[in-house]
Amino acid sequence: MSKVLLEMRSITKEFPGVKALDNVNLKVEEGEIHALIGENGAGKSTLMNVLSGTYPVGSYTGEIYYDGKLCQFKTQKDSEAQGIVIIHQELALIPLLSIGENMFLGNEIRNKMGYIDWNKTYYEAERHMERVGLHESAQTLVKDIGTGKQQLVEIAKAFSKKVKLLILDEPTSSLNDEDAKMLLDLLIESKKSGLTSIIITHKLNEIIYCADKATIIRDGSTIETLVKGVDEFSEDRIIKGMVGRSMEDRYPHREHKVQDQVSLEVKNWTVHHPLYPERVVDDHVSFHVHKGEVVGFSGLQGAGRTELAMSIFGHSYGTGISGELYLNGEKVNLKSPEDAIRHKIAYVTEDRKTNGLILDESIRFNTTLARLDKVCRGGVIDTDREVQVAEDMRKEMGTKTPTIEQRIGNLSGGNQQKALLGKWMFTEPDVLIMDEPTRGIDVGAKYDIYCLINDMVSQGKSVVMISSELPELLGMCDRIYVMNEGRLLAEVNAAEATQENIMGYIIRDAARA
Amino acid sequence: MKVITDTNKSQRRFSSKMFDFLRKYTMVIALVAVFVLFAILTDGRLVYAQNLSNLMLQNGYVLVMACGMLLCILTGGNIDLSIGSVICLVGGLAAVMISNMSVNPILTIGICLLVGLLVGVWQGYWIGYVRIPPFITTLGGMFIFRGLGRLALDNKTVAIQDSTFLNIFTAYIKVPGLDDGETVLSALIVGIVAAVLVVLNTMKNRRERAKNGYRQNSALADYLKAGVIAALILVYCYQLSQYRGISVMLVWVLAICLIYNFITAKTAFGRYFYAVGGNEKATKLSGINTNKIYFIAYANMGLLAGLCGLLNAARVGSVNGNTGTSFEMDAIGACFIGGASAYGGSGTIGGVVIGALLLGVINMGMSIMGIGDSWQYVVKGGVLLVAVIFDVVTSRKSGKG
Repeated sequence: MSKVLLEMRSITKEFPGVKALDNVNLKVEEGEIHALIGENGAGKSTLMNVLSGTYPVGSYTGEIYYDGKLCQFKTQKDSEAQGIVIIHQELALIPLLSIGENMFLGNEIRNKMGYIDWNKTYYEAERHMERVGLHESAQTLVKDIGTGKQQLVEIAKAFSKKVKLLILDEPTSSLNDEDAKMLLDLLIESKKSGLTSIIITHKLNEIIYCADKATIIRDGSTIETLVKGVDEFSEDRIIKGMVGRSMEDRYPHREHKVQDQVSLEVKNWTVHHPLYPERVVDDHVSFHVHKGEVVGFSGLQGAGRTELAMSIFGHSYGTGISGELYLNGEKVNLKSPEDAIRHKIAYVTEDRKTNGLILDESIRFNTTLARLDKVCRGGVIDTDREVQVAEDMRKEMGTKTPTIEQRIGNLSGGNQQKALLGKWMFTEPDVLIMDEPTRGIDVGAKYDIYCLINDMVSQGKSVVMISSELPELLGMCDRIYVMNEGRLLAEVNAAEATQENIMGYIIRDAARA
Repeated sequence: MKVITDTNKSQRRFSSKMFDFLRKYTMVIALVAVFVLFAILTDGRLVYAQNLSNLMLQNGYVLVMACGMLLCILTGGNIDLSIGSVICLVGGLAAVMISNMSVNPILTIGICLLVGLLVGVWQGYWIGYVRIPPFITTLGGMFIFRGLGRLALDNKTVAIQDSTFLNIFTAYIKVPGLDDGETVLSALIVGIVAAVLVVLNTMKNRRERAKNGYRQNSALADYLKAGVIAALILVYCYQLSQYRGISVMLVWVLAICLIYNFITAKTAFGRYFYAVGGNEKATKLSGINTNKIYFIAYANMGLLAGLCGLLNAARVGSVNGNTGTSFEMDAIGACFIGGASAYGGSGTIGGVVIGALLLGVINMGMSIMGIGDSWQYVVKGGVLLVAVIFDVVTSRKSGKG
């Protein structure tokens, strides 16, 4: 029995009108990886903000014992002084500064004169980077390294602060499987040197892989703590705890009614990078989608799937695009998103906050934006009609919100995703391209989105689904295309495919290159 | 027991409604407060018919500029620094053409508006299609057009005396037979008709909503609002009727404000400006040509700056090389005081009008009191800062932004 490093006792935190945390207890032992699990809005992040001092002492009730002492953090700096470091979901790095500058931002190493000691800064930075297996110069700008490496910079930064308890909020949500595994291995490795981690994640397989314990939070209360090796420690068991019911089938059943007609066919599609035109992002990709079919695209990040989808969607990505595009057998040339929408193609972005929604505007405003002409008469918006259609779409999507005038940025991730989907359903697409449709949303909302996809194809429409979660592709698709580095590697039948054989294609290709 | 909780609840609902009301009408309340303050400080001279009439005339060009500026600001907090120079260029061109070259005034107006539009197209092209930052493009424009304006004027002050030209922008409407007496009856009639229209429009709106079963505001709120607006129109028009009646300038300004209010509030085209300012990438992926939106915002600004150049030239009666200097700042100030977001994506013509009037009342009030220019700048700057601070702080409280 090792020492208890952190104990949070009956933490209660209220926001105006809502009780975000209600008597939450959390006990973390030294040298373990402790997963914190719960649906979106369950209170995980709030709990971690209480711990780190982002919500200062006095704004919540309950007690925090850390290293045997009662802690009363007033700011995040207080908790960092004790070795508690939190890495937020959205990376807090400044792209145009170097890795070294970022690591010591706010804690600059100074010489006796009070100037910044750059030699020592870079030396120290590289020492910590070595520990996390990041082999780059500390003078490299953060914008020039990938997201996976940026995440490592954050961890190296934490090490530079002499971290004892590391809190990671969705550290792998923007990483591909390979980078994610590397990160988790790093955490497991660091246990040896006494690092304790709390990890918040939606990816249950990662929890099974790396965590020693898992505490489940639901609706602001702790439900249970599962211990690996003692309790049943499986995805199904955790889901049961999260949603309060067992979800036997994570993917809704669908009658497979793929029709013979091909709705979308792409031949020899080649796309070049917009800034470096000599770089080929997609290389002679050909694929087709039938009516009533869900087709998946699997691959690592950077495989060129998003770029493929966006370039098809009215050349909204890339330069030097060549290849042929057929809709219902007819050759088309879609030069702008407007063209694509008019030809009944919709693209639901992977990044709903940056590319999908206008966060400051209402659900109504967002719902009608792509086809405003449908609620217009002679260019003048019929407000009453707009309210009506937005209301209908909200009901159809099952978006949970007090009213459609709600600012869309105030909704939870899952509800934002439903609203975004509603925006594109309003364009009445025949081909719906969905890029990571369930990224960063909770299990319940995922299920709802799967049901909506099934509804669409049952009406004879086509869905193209890009996803980095293999189980999701296997559970939802009829056929799956596998891509790597801009090339199409294989086409597999979902019913016969397994995670292993799809990954096999990618790994073998990556090894060959 | 039950009764008590009910009152509690209704009290809470009432106070949150009060908060919403105060937030929504902050600048209206501020305008009323400032107006009353100066009315008292000037011993009522502010509300003299002549001053009320002049208030609109003196600030007309600010309102016109601000309507265009709002579109630019909506696209993402972008401003146009070149307006003052364009006013000098276009005004100067008009003065030279009419006074020195004796060109037909109507033709002059047409050419001048076209020049304004071309200036806008020039800047809009760089901003929209080449993506040169608006600040830099229009800073360049500020120098270029000031210089061209001075060249056109040959560094002299040129007066305009052509009555046709002046009448198109500065005359007062006089209907023969009706307006011969002490009171200008046409102003009164227009006021009454406008007031009745406001009330009728409210009734029609409510009836339509009831028929279709749409969400309805409370009858009290709707009619109270309509009543207040109708009363203000009546009072203002009565005052106008006591001093020369309705000016053509007022008609120009009102028409511009109403047109731009319609565009921004009711049309799909207008909504795209809000969308671009809210999230350009998402707007682009929604099938909207965002380059075109930027282009139109600045092309339109050029056209309106041209119109302002004419309005200003007619009102002042002459143009020189310094005409219009820093006029754009008044327009920008009016937009931000009126609640437009410095990051784009929000703001209304109604707000902008109130912002411009607030600045106008302060100017006029302080002038009547004999307080100098220097202090007017200090107060105007303070008001701008306080208005934006208030907006930022309260929106943070209500969980927005």
